[in-house]
Amino acid sequence: MPARRIIPCLDVLAGRVVKGIQFRDHRDAGDIVESALRYSAEGADELVFYDIAASAEGRSLDPSWVRRIARVIDIPFAVAGGIRTRDDAARCLDAGADKVSINSPALERPDLIAELARDFGAQCIVLGVDSFAADGDYWVKQYTGSPQATRDTGRRTLDWVREATGRGAGEVVLNCMRHDGVRGGYDIAHTKAVADAVTVPVIASGGAGAPEHFRAAFLDADASGALAATVFHDRLIAIPDLKEYLAACGIEMRR
Amino acid sequence: MNLAIVDVGCGNIGSVAIAFERFGLTPRTTSDPAEIAVADKVILPGVGAAGYAMDEIRARGLVEPLRALTQPVLGICLGMQLLFEASDEEETDCLGIVAGRVRRLDPAPGRPVPHMGWSKLAVDDPAIGLADGDYVYFAHSFACDPVPETVATAAYGRPIPAVIRQGNWWGAQFHPERSGPAGARFLEAFLAS
Repeated sequence: MPARRIIPCLDVLAGRVVKGIQFRDHRDAGDIVESALRYSAEGADELVFYDIAASAEGRSLDPSWVRRIARVIDIPFAVAGGIRTRDDAARCLDAGADKVSINSPALERPDLIAELARDFGAQCIVLGVDSFAADGDYWVKQYTGSPQATRDTGRRTLDWVREATGRGAGEVVLNCMRHDGVRGGYDIAHTKAVADAVTVPVIASGGAGAPEHFRAAFLDADASGALAATVFHDRLIAIPDLKEYLAACGIEMRR
Repeated sequence: MNLAIVDVGCGNIGSVAIAFERFGLTPRTTSDPAEIAVADKVILPGVGAAGYAMDEIRARGLVEPLRALTQPVLGICLGMQLLFEASDEEETDCLGIVAGRVRRLDPAPGRPVPHMGWSKLAVDDPAIGLADGDYVYFAHSFACDPVPETVATAAYGRPIPAVIRQGNWWGAQFHPERSGPAGARFLEAFLAS
């Protein structure tokens, strides 16, 4: 594997960075360009920007803020939010995004994954999955950007990630919903199960609260990257300190 | 400096153009053979699939005009792969400027494909602005043969040529526009060549 990636995730609402707890009660967390610059300077390996309301509101994200980010940073970044056509994706990539992440629209129409992979390459296409535990298994939820719109898909998470990567998704961001925003640690067993089920990189998401959680994501769950929001936005963990700790644990880090 | 970015109708050339704007340049994105021919330096970017990209290059009548270039040319990622003779990706005939083939990366436990993220380089030629131990950003599922023209290498189950140089032709498998300060040093070295 390359160096394991530390990936701050920035939720975007109306062009501002926001943070909610378990997908609810969003509060303002700063300017999008200032946040991108700060994380890039601190040594983030990649950034993810989610327009969290786009899919539930039936629209695609606004490429103008994508362009503002692309101008100021020189590390890779992915964007997500209501990308449901080839042209939606092309607008984001033309604006300077390196990857597009698709979640609810891929569930609506799985053919979208293959269409995007064919034109832009699998390495551009990230599958976002919101997974929750129930009845002894893990299931995929849809439209999680809005509590009113969230619904069950009836799909098992492992079935869906196998299908979607078979269709051409080049990376999976696995968000474990019960763990999101509560800082109790990633769902290691589930992340490991997904990493074992697919051949593409898997990014752990949901629940990071301490450096040990990142360590477990890499050493115990085989995650290629670990995504977090709260601990970085609230400055509970500094990225340089985190990377130093993980390197001391024997994990390859870019520093 | 007159810098041309070859528009092959695919991929995110937005971030490539922005990277050169940081050097105070105003790159021209074009598929006009005459405009490309007179540029001081040429960038062949590429994200996407080899077959699609070569179809676009042929449809724009660019195969011979590109092969005839004598000024410094930099192929980035898929753009580097297109400099080779052929690619396993959709069994594509490429530009045939560099002898060798582009082959699929095979996933293995602990080695997912695409090769995505920051990998460490071993560098044989300091003139490319990079040094041993630099981390640069990769995102690819196919890689070129380790040809004698390789001047920087990453490891991913097998040696991955990260930079090749053959006369005026440069290729970078990684994304210099997204590789932080190391990527900027590499682009600066290319612009100075």
